[in-house]
Amino acid sequence: MNESGNILFSGVGGQGILLASEITVYALLEIGLDAKKSEVHGMAQRGGSVVANLRYGKKVYSPLIDPGQADLVVSFEIMEAVRYLPYMHANSKVVVNSHKIAPPAVATGQILYPDDILDELAKQNIATYNVDGFAIAREVGEIRAANLALVGALSTFLPVEEEVFMKVLKERLPRKLDENIAAFLKGRAVTSK
Amino acid sequence: MVAKAGSDDKLWLSGNEAIARGAWEAGVTVASGYPGTPSTEILENLVKYDDVYTEWAPNEKVALEVGVGASFGGARTLVTMKHVGLNVAADPLFTASYTGVRGGLVIICADDPEMHSSQNEQDNRNYAFAAKLPMLEPSDPAEALVMLKEAFELSEKFDTPVLFRTTTRLAHVKSVVAVGERALGSVELKFEKNPQKFVMLPGHARMRRRVVEERQQQLRDFAEGYSANESHLADTKMGIITGGVAYLHAKEAFPEASFLKLGMSWPLPEKAIKEFAAKVDELVIVEELDPFYENHIKAMGVACEGKDKVPAMGELNAAIIKQALGGDIGDILPAAEMPMRPPNMCPGCPHRGTFYNLAKLDVFVSGDIGCYTLGALPPLAAMDACVCMGASVGIAHGLTKALGADSYKKTVAIIGDSTFVHSGITGLANMVYNKSHATVFIVDNRITAMTGQQPNLSSGSTLMGEAANSIDFEQLCRAVGVEHVRLVNPHKISEAKKVFKEEIERDATSVVICQAPCVLLPEMRKAKVMPLAIAVDDCTGCRACVGLGCPAISWTSITPEEAKAMGKKEKQKGYASISPEMCNGCGQCQEVCKFSAISAREDV
Repeated sequence: MNESGNILFSGVGGQGILLASEITVYALLEIGLDAKKSEVHGMAQRGGSVVANLRYGKKVYSPLIDPGQADLVVSFEIMEAVRYLPYMHANSKVVVNSHKIAPPAVATGQILYPDDILDELAKQNIATYNVDGFAIAREVGEIRAANLALVGALSTFLPVEEEVFMKVLKERLPRKLDENIAAFLKGRAVTSK
Repeated sequence: MVAKAGSDDKLWLSGNEAIARGAWEAGVTVASGYPGTPSTEILENLVKYDDVYTEWAPNEKVALEVGVGASFGGARTLVTMKHVGLNVAADPLFTASYTGVRGGLVIICADDPEMHSSQNEQDNRNYAFAAKLPMLEPSDPAEALVMLKEAFELSEKFDTPVLFRTTTRLAHVKSVVAVGERALGSVELKFEKNPQKFVMLPGHARMRRRVVEERQQQLRDFAEGYSANESHLADTKMGIITGGVAYLHAKEAFPEASFLKLGMSWPLPEKAIKEFAAKVDELVIVEELDPFYENHIKAMGVACEGKDKVPAMGELNAAIIKQALGGDIGDILPAAEMPMRPPNMCPGCPHRGTFYNLAKLDVFVSGDIGCYTLGALPPLAAMDACVCMGASVGIAHGLTKALGADSYKKTVAIIGDSTFVHSGITGLANMVYNKSHATVFIVDNRITAMTGQQPNLSSGSTLMGEAANSIDFEQLCRAVGVEHVRLVNPHKISEAKKVFKEEIERDATSVVICQAPCVLLPEMRKAKVMPLAIAVDDCTGCRACVGLGCPAISWTSITPEEAKAMGKKEKQKGYASISPEMCNGCGQCQEVCKFSAISAREDV
């Protein structure tokens, strides 16, 4: 497992990608790695495309992931995974929430949501893992736990043991801990097959 | 938050959180600022610490003047703003350079290369040169905390305000930060009467002008030995002079190169630069935005490359630098074609109703800075100009003076509550005094919303959570001489439209206050929401509600066969529906639906 890497979190403003990226950071820091994370606030939120860059390793300089350098992508929305294709490479792994949010052009009926958009990743032979975050969240009885399911799916690609994640979840998510852990484990099961 | 269990001397902090922590550790007791991305979270975090007075000022000029006053009294003082805010604060800035300080005074200006949330990407290092002030520029949150404390030392030692430049990729980047304890400054808190220093009459200013020049020389000497100006010699084929976040990208791109990293952007350490230049074969300047170091280094007679290779526009990253300096970044996968996802006003945003009406009137809309600038985007597309904070009012007036009587009933300005308080009031007074015919729309949602709900002078509370006066806009407008001031609820689209028309038609300066609270206010979030729904059978597919551009409303296309099967006319192209999760029941769509197809969800 690589001791350094670049994780790109993407989604739509208001989906809670920041919490997911924070949990991931704490797990990486826990095993003694350095990390930097870059977010964009302000005008860019408000329902627009949002992205957070997380880089980890022995020593991290730049806070930004270069094009072609995202080893892992976690997207909270289907189209938003594919939007960052230029940041991926042949061995990137993409964890994608099976959830569609219509952008304005779709919502106003000018075009249809491109249902086959994930084919763009397949065409480049990029490994894609579909996680139905909201189905998992409903199963565990905490609708806000969808992001933990995605972190769970991501976790199997990180140099962090499951116990470390458990410790971090206990420290960081005192509320609805059992539900969040259940969601994390269900997400983890998707990528550990 | 603690970065790792068991160690509370290292925290995982954003640049803005680190600056707030650094200010507290530096013994800051007074802080003022105006919200602006990417600077806003500094004061929002500083207010959480004990023993620091923090406030939101109405604009950056006032914030800096408050800072200058607190410094004259002996307090260590922090002033925060975004890059364009320093334009507003430039007047006190240039003369505070002459008066100097008593308590340390540090001014944060947060630049936004790439314009993530800004109307321009000016490079504020130019202000340090122009105002003859020292400027520090850290590259990550850990450095920001240390250097902010050094900035206060510098300010008091050299009797000068200190500019502290951040950029988006420092302000909103998180990293592990070593933290320490609070240590108070040693300047006595008192009135000090010293007119030669504090009263800038020409005679005094001429004396201080010399002091400024001597100080510049002392600061140049200081820069030569300052630890944040670091030279690392490695492979001497290429030497890179850089600073701020650009250093991190350059180091990532060329880890083996030699570096002179400038933590102090002004004044520059000429001796250290010349020494470094002499030790490397090829000297390259890597900096974001303007050729600031480059021009000054070239003026020293040092040959170097810079903006001939590295872009002067937008943010840098390691790949851009690598490519600019002849490195290989490999093949990049092509982007897939897909619709854009621009930001939008929230479901239930009162501004939407105002723009919906303005879009239907034949007017030129002079806009302003805030969430409502999004009214320029389709489908509303009801804004025709936007330049800077407060400019909507002056621009509308100027248009009518240029275009004459034909424009009088076609010119409106639209400005938010915080922006109006920031710099719209003087423009309105000018309109009355100079006999304008335009109409000013104050879209008053009682909060500075775009930057994340900061209270302003019309909100009724302070940054520190105390109840406060809330400016009554109606009274204020009347006080500057506006005779015709109307108050409307922007959610009530038809009623509002009637008022809009009357006031736009009026042959005098008039004001329409569109008043409804921001849906992101805590009390609005807590309020019970009654989502609306569209009865599919009643929807004729007229698209009126879709024209609002509300994120909760979506359109489903249907074929003629489907239309028939649904019992609709074959020519109906589709129908609209409302997401119950997103709808907050504002009722604007109900207002625009001529077929009464929209009602409370439970009734549909």
